[in-house]
Amino acid sequence: MTAYLGKRLLIGLATLLVASVVVFAILEILPGDPARLMLGMNATADAVEALRNEMGLNEGLLPRYLAWVGGMLSLDFGRSYTYSVPVIELIRERAIVSVPLALMSLALSTAIAIPVGVFAAARRGRPADTVAMAASQLGVAVPNFWFALLLVYVFAVWLRLVPAGGFPGWSAGAWPALKALILPSIALAVPQAAILARVTRSALLDVLGEDFIRTARAKGLPRGAVLWRHALRNAMLPVLTIMGLQFGFLLAGTIIIENVFSLPGLGRLIFQALNQRDLIVVEGIVMLLVATIVAVNLLVDLSYAIVDPRLRTAR
Amino acid sequence: MTTWKSVLAAAAIALASCTAASAARTDLVLGVPLEPPHLDPTAGAAAAIDEVLYANVFEGLTRIGSRGEVLPALAESWTVSDGGKTYTFKLHTGVKFHDGTDFDAEDVKFSLDRARADDSTNAQKGLFAAIDTVEVVDPATVKVTLKSPQGSFLYNMGWGDAVIVAPESAETNKEKPVGTGPFKFDKWAKGSSITLVKSADYWGEPAMLEKAEFRIIPDAAAAVPALLSGDVQALPNFQLGDALPQVQSDARFKVVVGATEGETVLSTNNKKPPFDQLKVRQAIAHALDRKAIIDGASAGLGVPIGSHFSPANSAYVDLTGTYPFDPEKSRALLKEAGFEDGIKATLKLPPVGYARDGGQIIASQLRDVGIDLEIIPVEWADWLKQVFTEKDYDLSIVSHTEPNDIDIYSRKDYYFNYDNPAFDKVIEELNLTSDDARRTELYHQAQKILADDAVNGFLFELPKIGIWDAKVEGLWENSPIQANDLTKVKWVD
Amino acid sequence: MNPPLSEPEVSAGFLSRALANRSFVIGFTITAIVAAMALVSFFWTPYDVTRLIVADRMQPPSFEHPLGTDHFGRDMLSMIMVGARNSIAVALVAVGIGMGIGVPLGCWAAARGGIVDEALMRFNDLVFAFPALLSAIMITAIFGPGAINAIIAIGIFNIPVFARVSRAGALSLWPREFILASRAAGKGKVLITVEHILPNIANLLLVQGTIQFALGILAEAGLSYVGLGAQPPMPSWGRMLFDAQTRMVVAPYLAIIPGMAIIVTVLGLNLIGDGISDTLDPKLRRRP
Repeated sequence: MTAYLGKRLLIGLATLLVASVVVFAILEILPGDPARLMLGMNATADAVEALRNEMGLNEGLLPRYLAWVGGMLSLDFGRSYTYSVPVIELIRERAIVSVPLALMSLALSTAIAIPVGVFAAARRGRPADTVAMAASQLGVAVPNFWFALLLVYVFAVWLRLVPAGGFPGWSAGAWPALKALILPSIALAVPQAAILARVTRSALLDVLGEDFIRTARAKGLPRGAVLWRHALRNAMLPVLTIMGLQFGFLLAGTIIIENVFSLPGLGRLIFQALNQRDLIVVEGIVMLLVATIVAVNLLVDLSYAIVDPRLRTAR
Repeated sequence: MTTWKSVLAAAAIALASCTAASAARTDLVLGVPLEPPHLDPTAGAAAAIDEVLYANVFEGLTRIGSRGEVLPALAESWTVSDGGKTYTFKLHTGVKFHDGTDFDAEDVKFSLDRARADDSTNAQKGLFAAIDTVEVVDPATVKVTLKSPQGSFLYNMGWGDAVIVAPESAETNKEKPVGTGPFKFDKWAKGSSITLVKSADYWGEPAMLEKAEFRIIPDAAAAVPALLSGDVQALPNFQLGDALPQVQSDARFKVVVGATEGETVLSTNNKKPPFDQLKVRQAIAHALDRKAIIDGASAGLGVPIGSHFSPANSAYVDLTGTYPFDPEKSRALLKEAGFEDGIKATLKLPPVGYARDGGQIIASQLRDVGIDLEIIPVEWADWLKQVFTEKDYDLSIVSHTEPNDIDIYSRKDYYFNYDNPAFDKVIEELNLTSDDARRTELYHQAQKILADDAVNGFLFELPKIGIWDAKVEGLWENSPIQANDLTKVKWVD
Repeated sequence: MNPPLSEPEVSAGFLSRALANRSFVIGFTITAIVAAMALVSFFWTPYDVTRLIVADRMQPPSFEHPLGTDHFGRDMLSMIMVGARNSIAVALVAVGIGMGIGVPLGCWAAARGGIVDEALMRFNDLVFAFPALLSAIMITAIFGPGAINAIIAIGIFNIPVFARVSRAGALSLWPREFILASRAAGKGKVLITVEHILPNIANLLLVQGTIQFALGILAEAGLSYVGLGAQPPMPSWGRMLFDAQTRMVVAPYLAIIPGMAIIVTVLGLNLIGDGISDTLDPKLRRRP
């Protein structure tokens, strides 16, 4: 077990290291000079050069890479070229929008998907199942940003129930801030819920076919109890795996949704930074997202190892 | 019973809102489309920096007024001597920076010397190029000596890039700007808003607002609902596009269409064949239907221009008739120039609405006369590198928003690659002239030369579309420089 | 799944069984209509989408323009038809890239095992650690926006998907009797892969192909929506949504129509995928 997890951990770390090389190398190819961009069309050549020196852009590639990776180990992601504040500070300011948004969407999609999936599995092949699965089929096909546009139109422009975009900040109080996140999280959650509902349904159907369920039924346990207490618990593993994967996806999915709702989250920051060639910010965010996904995958591996003892010795 | 209750409740609410209304509001939330990258106007070209800080937090020796006029600011008065080479500024006394340090002549010398130093990162270093020396005569007097007379010197000193900063705080202005203006910086929630508050010990006439918040709203889709719901009370300069009619029909708001200093042009590489031929450039000019371009790229707002000059300027002449829209004539000119089989070229477009939308319309119009354009969208960084710096382009579209910038056509190595000694001579004389009548005459000549040479496709003056609560007064109608001057803004009932 | 002793018969009667499947038939019909629309657009569209008639802008649906006109006065029906071309081309080529590189990699890893297999799995880990959308945005930001770069960005993420599917499929086949028999007969691993493995995982790949095709269409729409996909004047559904966004209040149909086009196309493909997997194994409807 320890050896297995040790190996997974090592692989995770190696992935991060290779990812850092890839990210750094790719972004260094990016054309465009952040110094020139900052000073604009009328700037003189020596003013641009002076700023390049100030930003540390005139140093060699390797020293810059080493300094960057070294810094990240102590959570120092460097200083933003344009904002000239520590990158980690920028990320923190934006993460307090993106992370709650991703978590809200995950909660919402779970809250929709599990009941629908269980409901459909319990009524397999009947009209209710067909309707639920047709709806989920549709949900999978809807682009979340288009759904977001419709939500804005109906709930913000027509009914004026919630703001159409923007974020008042947590300092404005929890409710106004959460209100600004309602539509974005619905837009993100619904297509994800459609996928999760299908996974839940098929995982349940698999379990329902197994012997211990038949035994439970034969013992005369009520249908509902069998379904919720026995079957669902055993079907949770694939569902949890998908949820784990979805968290990474949701964090990334916020990129487009944040643009629809002009939320000041990580997604907007990454777009802004790409346009301003504030590469060190882009590099920091990408590495953080990659690290999150690697960590979530590790947790999924860990949960598998705990549930399925065969894995502990198999590898 | 229930009816009574609701009547009472309604009365209570009415009463409450009456008392609230009796004292005029003193806070204002302004929506701006772009967030400044940092808050130091002396170290960046981004208009967004000046649009928050100019005249509000930072002041220069002079300042530009709402109609583009030069007004005294930190300099109470000045005298010009030595044939226009020496400017002696008399400074206001008793002025303090927001951190409590005193303002005096040393700060002026520090600021001007810093801006023109070798390691300066000032985006408009050219503004200070004429300065030879800056001397402190006494704490309230500064003498600036120029290398040669410069007609626009006082104007230049009114730019946001020429504001006066203190040596104690210059390094930290990017994060925490410290100026001498009627507002002081309060806080910056990155990605969402910047807040200014009234400065209690301002040296001049105090501001009427207690608090002003600039909220960053990147697009029209979010700005309109924010305005309608009252979250934001002013969009001082916002391209709402096709969403504008919805706001226009609402009596709660004032919609003011003013002028900017943004000449929107179809930038043309004048050295790159076939655009080095006058006939080809004239053919392009005849093929452009400005009305359709303004309708499609600027929601029908914006004044057509025939040269590189703002219609809001008193020295403007209307030259839109130089090469009127005439596809037949355009085809004939191309034929004369030897291109009856058409021309293939590229059109590089920066990421702004007027360019991306206008570009498609222009490509369609030019295709009608036989010029086939491949549209290449580029980000600002690539635009600055490829088009502006390396001049690797055929055609592009951009709005030149620097005020009064007709002299860029005389700059050697400017990206238009335009070279006309006759034009250079006019600009040269303009630089040395301070007589207004003669300056106007020279401006006329300059505009005419550019129009005749069809240097660029001159399209339209970018409009300043200001929308604000009908009860707000004092915001600028036009935008002679990039600023949101809040010093005279107030709520009225 | 109990491995049959003899080599399973490949796709005999498969088509007739598929045609009896409701999902497949509906999906196939939808997809055929979309594809036909795209094909017709090469020869004929109601209006020329390269001609901008600004005076006719934003007209609601009418007899002349069944789906209205956009903000440049272009006919929306023609735009949707030409846009279909772009969506299909991008997604199809991206699937091609994924299959073309991923399947050989997966088969190779399954055949060789050991270090090759390990390396492939680690490569998969690496690619999967990057959120696909984020990386696509980075790639298009670096190499410039455009349909070609969108294809590459989406294609790269299809590689590990197909590698994984084909590896898993191949691994389950190698220990089977008919393969062992061929090996005993002295056939090389490459030949066996081509002759026996590939035909037997073809259906699996087909299902995965339709899924990735549908995902590709969604991804292309997303990229175009943020301005990194197909560039104007090339019509694209995602781009049309972007243009519609600020005009939602004045002309909601500008946003609704391209959105419907995306949904219907993706739905059609997913139904085909469902239909095929049902046909292959009617007992198991496990695909999410």
